[in-house]
Amino acid sequence: MSRFDRAFAKGRPALVTFVTGGDPMPETTPAILDALVEGGADVIELGMPFTDPMADGPAIQAANLRALGAGTTTADVFHIAARFREKHPDVPLVLMGYANPMVTRGSDWFAAECRKAGVDGVICVDIPPEEDAELGPALRAAGVSLIRLATPTTDEARLPAVLEGSSGFLYYVSVAGITGMQQAAQASIEEAVARLKKHATIPVAVGFGVRTPDQAAAIAKVADGVVVGSALVDLVGEHGTEAAGPVRDLTRALANAVHSAR
Amino acid sequence: MTAAQTANSFRNQPDERGHFGQFGGRYVAETLMPLILDLEREYTRAKADPAFQAEFDDLLEHYVGRPSPLYFAPRLTKELNGAQVWFKRDELNHTGAHKINNCIGQILLAMRMGKTRIIAETGAGQHGVATATVCARFGLPCVIFMGATDVARQAPNVFRMKLLGAEVRPVTAGAATLKDAMNEALRDWVANVHDTFYIIGTAAGPHPYPELVRDFQSVIGKEARAQMLARTGRLPDLLVAAIGGGSNAIGLFHPFLDDASVKMLGVEAAGYGLDKDHAASLAGGRPGILHGNKTYLLQDDDGQILEGHSISAGLDYPGIGPEHAWLKEVGRVDYTSVTDDEALDGFQLLCRTEGIIPALEPSHAIAAVKKVAPTMGKDQIILANLCGRGDKDIFSVAEHLGVSL
Repeated sequence: MSRFDRAFAKGRPALVTFVTGGDPMPETTPAILDALVEGGADVIELGMPFTDPMADGPAIQAANLRALGAGTTTADVFHIAARFREKHPDVPLVLMGYANPMVTRGSDWFAAECRKAGVDGVICVDIPPEEDAELGPALRAAGVSLIRLATPTTDEARLPAVLEGSSGFLYYVSVAGITGMQQAAQASIEEAVARLKKHATIPVAVGFGVRTPDQAAAIAKVADGVVVGSALVDLVGEHGTEAAGPVRDLTRALANAVHSAR
Repeated sequence: MTAAQTANSFRNQPDERGHFGQFGGRYVAETLMPLILDLEREYTRAKADPAFQAEFDDLLEHYVGRPSPLYFAPRLTKELNGAQVWFKRDELNHTGAHKINNCIGQILLAMRMGKTRIIAETGAGQHGVATATVCARFGLPCVIFMGATDVARQAPNVFRMKLLGAEVRPVTAGAATLKDAMNEALRDWVANVHDTFYIIGTAAGPHPYPELVRDFQSVIGKEARAQMLARTGRLPDLLVAAIGGGSNAIGLFHPFLDDASVKMLGVEAAGYGLDKDHAASLAGGRPGILHGNKTYLLQDDDGQILEGHSISAGLDYPGIGPEHAWLKEVGRVDYTSVTDDEALDGFQLLCRTEGIIPALEPSHAIAAVKKVAPTMGKDQIILANLCGRGDKDIFSVAEHLGVSL
């Protein structure tokens, strides 16, 4: 049983949390990741900073700039991941980011580094199934899950291609838009999750625009998991090197809401 | 040059998935993927529709002012004392650059698809002005994303866009230039997929943009080829064009690619020099993925994108269209680069010898012509693309020359 399987098989919805690696500096990310686990997060997404985060709103754009401004490198991100794995042997860790930093030394290199660091899954924003001749196969060969995104524009005809070769969980991007902006209507989320569950044999986690425990609880009534990113990243932006405490508090509130939603 | 290409054609790219060899493709977020596929289907239908082509041709003739002249430059030729220098005068188009050719084609596609709102990115402002122009012409609302740095250095074009009814949104992310404007346009597009058409200004981005922009811009090369044959009875020996994303260059080159006797030279912006800040992706970059396509990019070891620098806001981009990346790899086109200072010299050279004020973008091509013409015979012909006029640049040129206006 993989860490993902266990995380989604606790008999309750899962809280998936995102922060950007190296934000505000590489040395402070481990404490923030610890705070997410202590707060009750079931899955951790660690953002790989990129100069051109095209799918992200102002909060995560700023986080990327802070991380890169602090000199965060790909090696730093893997170092953070390896340390996390050592400290939290059971919590699934996902690297999320953009294609170029992932493939720049070759997909096989990236997949091998993921495996070495104990990374369970990878979300790559800008490699759709049509262009996935290298990264997906390399990750699978290394025993790392490729977690794909489905969106409101992903119709029934495309969904099988999106699911093909993906594992861990399916990330439903509930709004056509960028991260951290508007929230989708609850009714549209319920309709979409029901549609996705007809095709998906893996858990469905819903994200984009989810900021408060109430919003998260509403989504957790219908989804296997709820993803919160920008609200946590905003706390890191606000509190900087002192962010672990506030991050733990918000995570705890979110986890309580999500875990008791049903 | 590989045997496969010589045996067939250099003009049959991309493949059905939008790949030019290893380059190009559709590296976009899932939200955009269905849209890109729609656009591809609609473009395929439009290409096969004589009414679409007829409307495009009619607008190019009566609205843009095509065909643009093919001009022999006698005093420049004499001064360089080598090959005859000819210019394709796309700076005489309506709006003052080649960008309008592509905008006409894309807005016709947008209307075929029932889209009611247009967005675009711009660097120098030429593509922004051209987009604002076609939006005014067809009555569609339009938002132009422009780096705040470029807004400052291209004030006349910002005012033009506003006069034409466009909303200009300054982008402050990153270095606040063309790359960042493109990021912001992509963010807007993904949030407005249902009603919005993104008019990309260069032959880059996700498939089918590199192909359709090239096709719309190929009017440059088709006209030039016919004009040169009519005027001289022969083909040119060398084509020269400046390259940022590469749309004017691919537009000139593509119709000649299978003419084996015609050599081609793409000119990148070497900025302060290739060992310093520059925007020459082929000379100083390596393959990577950005803005929907795989191509040569200026990037560090971790794949973080570096900021380009050029005196020309239109060339200030850390990538290049994927077809150029492929043409470099197969060896059909040669690529070189010229510095800011050389481009400024080229700018002044054309003003002085031919009474034409070129934009800083084709000033790079002129600087390359200045280097290569003296090495060629007097019976040889260089055809360079004069892809934009310099009115927009007189303020920044004055600044560089230490003149206060």
